[in-house]
Amino acid sequence: MTLRKPPLRDVHDAAGATFTEFGGWDMPVEFDSIKAEHRAVRDEAGIFDVSHMGQIAVSGPDAEGLMQRLTSNDVSQLGRGDSHYSMILDEEGTILDDTVVYRLPEDDDAEYLFVPNAGHDEQMHRRWTDHRDEWGLDATVENVTDEYAMYAVQGPDAPNLVSDAADDSVIDLSKFEGRYAEFAGADCWTARTGYTGEDGFELIVPVESAEAVWDLLDCQPCGLGSRDTLRMEMGFLLSGQDFDADENPRNPYEAGVGWTVKLDTEFVGRDALEQASEEGTDDEFVGIKLVDRGVPRHGYDVTDTDDHVIGEVTSGTMSPTLGEPIALGYVPSDFADPGTVVRVVVRGQSKKAKIANTPFLND
Amino acid sequence: MSFEVPDDRKYLESHEWVDDAADTARIGISDFAQDELGDVVFVELPDEGDDLAQNDEFGVVESIKAVSDLYSPVNGTVTAVNDALADQPELVNEDPFGEGWMLEVELADDSGLDDLLSADEYREQIE
Repeated sequence: MTLRKPPLRDVHDAAGATFTEFGGWDMPVEFDSIKAEHRAVRDEAGIFDVSHMGQIAVSGPDAEGLMQRLTSNDVSQLGRGDSHYSMILDEEGTILDDTVVYRLPEDDDAEYLFVPNAGHDEQMHRRWTDHRDEWGLDATVENVTDEYAMYAVQGPDAPNLVSDAADDSVIDLSKFEGRYAEFAGADCWTARTGYTGEDGFELIVPVESAEAVWDLLDCQPCGLGSRDTLRMEMGFLLSGQDFDADENPRNPYEAGVGWTVKLDTEFVGRDALEQASEEGTDDEFVGIKLVDRGVPRHGYDVTDTDDHVIGEVTSGTMSPTLGEPIALGYVPSDFADPGTVVRVVVRGQSKKAKIANTPFLND
Repeated sequence: MSFEVPDDRKYLESHEWVDDAADTARIGISDFAQDELGDVVFVELPDEGDDLAQNDEFGVVESIKAVSDLYSPVNGTVTAVNDALADQPELVNEDPFGEGWMLEVELADDSGLDDLLSADEYREQIE
């Protein structure tokens, strides 16, 4: 299969980046070093090319109705320029994808842009158009992924940096608020969102201006490697790893994102989730810290102190900020309290570990 | 990018080096290998007194993004391990041929040194 390339693939290559396949895209994993990039974001600012994220635009008289029925959060609560985190579910309440939904500041009918994960854009476009047709709704659904680059500028210095680069300051935007702003003469959707735990912005940039805007945002370029360590320190979910409809089917309550589920709205998966909400879940998504030396990684078994397998690490790394081995994964609720001693099997060796609060960074 | 390849070492194709200048040889991984791995965060090494056989695994080096087995370039017995790597695994990145060394080995009579790549041969491999 040919890998999809972000618009600046060659620019990143010339900058010395190494690349990895992610969701069918050939993406930069590292520019300098994961630790240096991670540190830049925690201490100053870094810019990530996240053009592999999908962009689906939904407009028309029934756009709100369509979004409401295909996402778990309540889009009717979004004012113009607001956004929120939401889940896309199947009838059983299993997470198919997680996404940020932006309500664009249009004057007439509500218009939305949502951002599915890498490689999910075509699937989600199909899901939206199929349901629109099935329900007879009047909405236009466009997959505009290839028309835009997407950048995330994150870190304590990011607000000033992005604001200085924009023709008009965007520093007044609140968390999860966005507006169109001009960068290098291009109208870019600019929202105070991100995936690192730091303050910062995400910009959706017309592809013809991709390089000019990237050059304007002059800070440490960061790859997917540091994006992963930063999001793990926050305990944020990674699609395809911490949940996966085929390999690791989870509902939002198990995955610790039950707050994105608004049962007083009608959406696909609602009834199954109402039941799950009443019955509770067997497993919980937790943070784990290794007490013994070693590095926990995706797929490693989690056991009780008698070596019975009780769960699995879904994400793990050596935290660059804390200097400690951290992991995320699912364990039975009986084992989910912070401080509970468990073990992680690291390449055949059982290592002592403890359930930890997330975000690890604030623990 | 050019990598340091000291002439006074011999190399395994899997990127370990051995320095046989003294009675006991030191073992580590190459500049190329540390660069490929990225930030090293953990090194698991054998105990003093363990016997090593050429091309057999003797430990593991882990970076943030990858896990790699370590292979012995020689036959011999471990006489020392670099304890500094337990708290400062980044020494492997910073000084792979110096402070980032991993083991000292007393070479066996059939050490296998003759089977290793010279610096020139190793340079060709990584170019």
